[in-house]
Amino acid sequence: MKCDVVVVGAGPAGSMAARTAAAAGLNVVMLEKRQEIGDPVRCAEGVGKRVLCEMVKPDSQWIAAEVKGARIYAPDGTRVVMSEDRAGSEVGYVLERKIFDRALAMDAARVGAKVLVKTRALELLRKNGVPCGVSAMHMGEPLQIEAPLIIGADGVESKVGRWAGIDTALKPKDIHCCAQFLVQDSTIDDEYCEFFLGNNLAPGGYVWTFPKGDKLANVGIGVQGSKSGSGVPVRLLKEFMKSHFPNGRVVEIVAGGDPSSGVIESATADGVMLVGDAAHQTDPITGGGILNAMKAGIIAGEVAVKAVSNGNLSKAGLKEYEDRWRAEMGKHIARSFEYKEFFVKLTDNDLNQLIGSLKNEDISKMDLRGMLRMLFKLNPKLLWELRHLVV
Amino acid sequence: MWRCDPLLTVNRYKCCYCGACVGVCPTMSLELVETWLEVSPECKECGICTKICPVGALEVKA
Repeated sequence: MKCDVVVVGAGPAGSMAARTAAAAGLNVVMLEKRQEIGDPVRCAEGVGKRVLCEMVKPDSQWIAAEVKGARIYAPDGTRVVMSEDRAGSEVGYVLERKIFDRALAMDAARVGAKVLVKTRALELLRKNGVPCGVSAMHMGEPLQIEAPLIIGADGVESKVGRWAGIDTALKPKDIHCCAQFLVQDSTIDDEYCEFFLGNNLAPGGYVWTFPKGDKLANVGIGVQGSKSGSGVPVRLLKEFMKSHFPNGRVVEIVAGGDPSSGVIESATADGVMLVGDAAHQTDPITGGGILNAMKAGIIAGEVAVKAVSNGNLSKAGLKEYEDRWRAEMGKHIARSFEYKEFFVKLTDNDLNQLIGSLKNEDISKMDLRGMLRMLFKLNPKLLWELRHLVV
Repeated sequence: MWRCDPLLTVNRYKCCYCGACVGVCPTMSLELVETWLEVSPECKECGICTKICPVGALEVKA
């Protein structure tokens, strides 16, 4: 099989890349190793409404809930509230990823991309050492797909980058180990996302509840890998359930690893671009990755069109992708990474002081950056290390 | 090719096939195929994956 671009992985990053490239007339093949796209999820499913709607038309089929705002809880229980349009890009809609991911893949198919499910990439094909496609297994049978350009959208498990010489292996301190229950409980607040902080609750991370409508919520935990241990996330999540939703019914269990490494050194190699989790394009503070993945997918698709038509698919020829994704989200990810490196060191007393200091301030109109600036103003000594990020 | 008695064991009753282990493996020795985690002979039993597994499905037998 021959094509212009082969996309490995049919998550939001891969589907947006495939759709963008196919819509511009390229011959695109998208591989998905699972037999069903989008399931099981590895995601809390929260997403900013505005940015999402700039990229796709919202569809009630994949919007599980719309939220008003976010509440943040200190270890001592102190609570602060941020409103939806100000709580950063991580709240707004809570998606039904199983349907959302399929819808994006179908959008790509509709404009001409070929989608092959139950098709797993095994290695890169090479001609004179240069990648020229992938060798795959399609429903248990070998399949070679020749393409001058490979887009690695293969998620936290990414192999495409590693095959191309980009070291994407995550260090334990740079991955958040997550577990999530879909919970039914009459006490669930259908209108607010909640974030619970604390070193006993979720070392180096947080517990979240994201409502999915009708008294359902994703209740999940992310623990920094270096502070975790075998089975720790699921054990801590069970403890949280006992204290916060003692009568909650767990109707689904999922797990996942979320890259929190900050900006990757390179997301391109000769004939290869990495997008989404494969390129660690997640926000290290919030863990959110859907929107960045989609943005990167679009950029990669656009650059693919140019690179294929001018025939320069070397790393240098793909530099526009590298430049554009860094301009679009790189600075933000780098800043979030510095915040993460600092916040994971804080004690529960520090967290109580920080969140407690906001109790008498009006933060309802602030975004995350504004809130951090306010925190710095109120707690200069504690946050001194971050002064270069705040000014 | 496949080691008969690998020191890294996968409890397939616990595994939620999330792939976090694949992302941290320094030797690319793990591969997730649907619900099945494959361990290749290149595994050095470094144990990094056992510490990050969210559900405690991995163990390096001493």
